Amino acid sequence: MLAEAIAPAATPAADAEGQLVRLSQTRPGDAGVIVDVRAESHPGDHGVGLEELQRRLLEFGFVEGAELEVLHEGAIRRDPIAVRLDNMRIALRRRDAEDVWVLLARGPTRRAQ
Amino acid sequence: MSETLTRPARVALVGNPNSGKTALFNALTGSRQKVANYAGVTVERKEGHLTTAGGRAISVLDLPGTYSLRARSPDEAVTRDAVLGKLAGEQAPDVLVAVADATNLRLVLRLILELKAVGRPMVLALNMFDIAQRQGLRIDLEGLQRELGCPIVTTVATRRRGIAELVAEVDTLARTDMAGGQNRWREPTAAEIREAHREAQRLLKAYVRPPERPDTFTGKIDGVLLHPVGGLAILLGLLFVMFQAVFSWATPPADAIEAAFGALGGLAADNLPDGWLQSFLVDGLIAGLGAVMVFLPQILVLFFFIILLEDFGYMARAAFLMDRIMGGAGLHGRAFIPLLSSFACAIPGIMATRVIDNKRDRLTTILVAPLMTCSARIPVYTLIIAAFIPNQTVGGFLNLQGLVMFGLYAAGIFSALLVSFLTRRIFWRGAVEPFLMELPTYKVPSAESVFRNLLLRARIFMSRAGRIILPLNIIVWFLSVFPAPPPGATAPAIDYSLAGRLGHALAPLLAPIGFNWQMTVALIPGFAAREVAVAALGTVYAVGNAEADPGALATTLSQHWSLATALSFLAWYVFAPQCVSTLGVVKRETNSWLWPAVMFVYMTSAAYLASFIVYRVAVALGGG
Repeated sequence: MLAEAIAPAATPAADAEGQLVRLSQTRPGDAGVIVDVRAESHPGDHGVGLEELQRRLLEFGFVEGAELEVLHEGAIRRDPIAVRLDNMRIALRRRDAEDVWVLLARGPTRRAQ
Repeated sequence: MSETLTRPARVALVGNPNSGKTALFNALTGSRQKVANYAGVTVERKEGHLTTAGGRAISVLDLPGTYSLRARSPDEAVTRDAVLGKLAGEQAPDVLVAVADATNLRLVLRLILELKAVGRPMVLALNMFDIAQRQGLRIDLEGLQRELGCPIVTTVATRRRGIAELVAEVDTLARTDMAGGQNRWREPTAAEIREAHREAQRLLKAYVRPPERPDTFTGKIDGVLLHPVGGLAILLGLLFVMFQAVFSWATPPADAIEAAFGALGGLAADNLPDGWLQSFLVDGLIAGLGAVMVFLPQILVLFFFIILLEDFGYMARAAFLMDRIMGGAGLHGRAFIPLLSSFACAIPGIMATRVIDNKRDRLTTILVAPLMTCSARIPVYTLIIAAFIPNQTVGGFLNLQGLVMFGLYAAGIFSALLVSFLTRRIFWRGAVEPFLMELPTYKVPSAESVFRNLLLRARIFMSRAGRIILPLNIIVWFLSVFPAPPPGATAPAIDYSLAGRLGHALAPLLAPIGFNWQMTVALIPGFAAREVAVAALGTVYAVGNAEADPGALATTLSQHWSLATALSFLAWYVFAPQCVSTLGVVKRETNSWLWPAVMFVYMTSAAYLASFIVYRVAVALGGG
């Protein structure tokens, strides 16, 4: 369950634009707009419940319409990730980022895995 | 009316973390600050006082930073309850001061909308306004003021700009509207949070023009400091420097403090008649105070680095880099610095766990911190290694003594990871809290704020730890000297004391792990601090001045102990909670006797088990 949360999608660069992806599957360089923040992945696995995780994400500014750019990722299993959210920088783990859906505007560094 | 004019007005500072709230608090109250704990919780309560130009007294409460009134950590619960006036032992604030980083308004605007629902008079302090101006960020203060329905003051807390204006606004509000309005706040649902964001977004669009010259400094630094490989290398380098500094900078003052207390003890001994009073003053009170004070240099050096890195904005980056590495063992990224600090001494390490906001993560870190090999174990390790491990080269270039020392450090680290892993699996199954953390923009730390914070840490340590460590040390002293030996006694005095009797009584229990009664007796005063065991062994084996001349004691020990016993003793010291000060600080930091009790039981069990295995294996291999 965790592995699939972490392994980024193998998406070629060409068709990245306009694609809808989970924030957990993005790579540094990906940028776009948040279109949906759900409460559905891995119930009971976040220690706080899905609704609570969703509210925390919202409170940190992961809200529909916010502009987002993935800046950095950790050395081990590319986790956690650091994103620019409007003019803030926020770090989060990929497992907590699954329910944030991003409409990619561009994906210059998106490579075949 | 008369009451409102005579009692001080109560003001509470609320805002996002990293909004410069504490800097504003310092600018408002200067040195008139008091730090304590809120009743029943371990959250720090910072209160300060100021007097307005008109002579009105105002008390200012610096509440923990939060993104929402919905509390997610004990700190945030304090903020919520204090704002709502529901905190036990606290009165509701008359005026709220919402503190905002003027360059980062989006999240705080949502918080301000929540605060408005509370219905108390409020002032918005747009802090770091100089940076906003430098970036060419334009804010329509008039418009925003009208929409929010509260006065706005621009401030630069680090340069004390706008402070007088802020105080004037607070004074006006406190005078006119002491009653406050109706509280309409309740926990927002996801839909309400979204709604508030839309409102905040609308306000931003209408009244804030984005910066012409946005900050690119932070992005550039992050490119280096958050690099998956380079960033980790820099972090390790930084830690190396920090670790070195804790040892090299802190040792001379620590030695000086030790010498000063030694001299003071000597002076007292020379001028007082022999007897209880002299022993109490010299070996109990003065030595006990010395035992507290001797930690101070290490704590100051360590916190100097921690405060500097925190103010610069690096700590969140360190947590980011270490999160996955620590996460494998069930530890939070932020546990890294406290655990590293524990190599110097578990006490500042445990104090530094305050940076971890999740309670479970913090408790796990506190529980494993004493397993890190602290500097007080070094005298014990050196003594035993010198006495029993031959000084020879193995494998061509490795020194055997050094190898054993390294093994002891590794055993500590490994067991800490194991314990946190097990804690996570057994006690807090599946409960991995979400990890969401702002990476603040980098800022040059102000010398004044670093100094003030350092002073604060020192004061907190002295008062809190002192209140626990000193009495515990006096108890250990009492056990070691009472009752006095009968006239004409031949054995060392400690043999006749309560500690001696306890040691004799416990000896059969520790015999299976190869300890003789002398060792058991020495363990008891050794609870005052690990290195005291060296002096205590010297006492029971009647080797004078063991601490100053460990060579003689090492020779004696090598004649009395088998190799298996020595190895067992080392294994004991890797795990045993041989330090009342640590247990005392755990009590202080968790505000309960439960966690020091858990720590004592698990560490003692682990020590016994490890010593048993080491002893039996060593005996089986012919080391008995």
